[in-house]
Amino acid sequence: MGADVQLASEAGCHFDSGCGFPAPGLGEFDFKPIFSVGGVDFTKPMLLSIICALLVVGFFWAAFAKPKLLPSKFQLVGEIGYDFVKRSIVLETIGKKGEKYVPMLVSMFFFVWIMNIMSIVPFAQFPVMSRIAYPAGLALVVWVTYMGLTFKKHGFVGGMKNLCWPSGIPGWVMFILVPIEFFSNIFVRPFTLAVRAFANMFAGHLLIVVFSVASWYLLSPTIGALYGSVSFVVAVGLTAFELLVQFLQAYIFVMLASSYIAGALEEAH
Amino acid sequence: MAPEVFLAEEKMNPLLPAWPEVIIGLLCFFIVFGILGKKLLPSIEKVLGERRDAIEGGMKRADAAQAEAQALLEQYRAELAEARHEAARITEHAREQGAALITEMREEGQRQREAIVAAGHAQIEADKKQATAVLRQDVGSLASQLASRIVGESLEDHARQSGVIDRFLDELESKAVAAQGASK
Repeated sequence: MGADVQLASEAGCHFDSGCGFPAPGLGEFDFKPIFSVGGVDFTKPMLLSIICALLVVGFFWAAFAKPKLLPSKFQLVGEIGYDFVKRSIVLETIGKKGEKYVPMLVSMFFFVWIMNIMSIVPFAQFPVMSRIAYPAGLALVVWVTYMGLTFKKHGFVGGMKNLCWPSGIPGWVMFILVPIEFFSNIFVRPFTLAVRAFANMFAGHLLIVVFSVASWYLLSPTIGALYGSVSFVVAVGLTAFELLVQFLQAYIFVMLASSYIAGALEEAH
Repeated sequence: MAPEVFLAEEKMNPLLPAWPEVIIGLLCFFIVFGILGKKLLPSIEKVLGERRDAIEGGMKRADAAQAEAQALLEQYRAELAEARHEAARITEHAREQGAALITEMREEGQRQREAIVAAGHAQIEADKKQATAVLRQDVGSLASQLASRIVGESLEDHARQSGVIDRFLDELESKAVAAQGASK
């Protein structure tokens, strides 16, 4: 639990005690294992991801396990969330054919969102998505779905054409465009999908840590107290800002996944 | 900072995924996906569908009921109009029939009356003839009795044989007729 331990260890490190600023770095994202099994370390992000899965399942279980025609308040909240993802993201992007992919994308949205929210939950205070492995895993799921649907719908040749051959482009541009499209759709898309989510959460977490550490570091009976309080206000402001970013990144992640699926299902042109 | 953290920091590349984490992350996702996709979302989708049906179905049912009511009203009106028409027709028919019946009755009555009157006349005529015959005989015999009383006994047979009385009476009668004709 690197971050917490580190902060605790700096309890006495202040601006006026001749202590250098303990600039937070990559170490913030590296955790000492809670325990190890056969050389594999079980770390805090893993624990958090399991907790997140349980939270999502728990919430929807409580909301939807015994659904009623006249919903309870809890069910109503769940319905609003479900309906939001279903209508504003999936059906909006894919259309009527998207019904089939609603469960996957709804699960993905709420799983990603809660993993992002962990960033500002006391004691957790770590966005699980800022470990590249989690967005990479989910991007892999999206990529497999994307590729699978493309080739299942259009066959190999049609699928390749769907991936690489944009319509309405004059022939000579194709020499440049086809390789770009190929590279972009097959390799860049999953990579950027994962990295976008990762980098946003990574940067957000780092910012909050920097200002939190700074406000603690600057806390002293000198002018530093003023800087410290400014730093604290910024940290609070950033926390609120992160709340927005967490939602936005989950939204974007699922929105892009939907648009890839929509592309795969598109009629050949 | 602890030394091992520094060590970790040096060898850590934040863009390289750690496989155990990828596996745990995927596992967690598929747990969520499995439970939501297999159980929870289909059940809520079913309820949402039912709710939609309840609302739309209610509207449809209301529409259907209204249409049915409208149709019934039309049918009722048509039947009512037909019934009125039928009633008017029956009334008309009855009136005609009644009028015909009355005419027939009247004719029948007329005919019977005439028959009765004719029968009466015939009866009266017959009675009159009979009475005249009887009277004529009586008057003849009375007159001859009276004459024989006056003239003698023997006249009676003779007068009877010779038809004198009859002739006299005919004479009287023709005089009376002549007198009647003159008075007219």
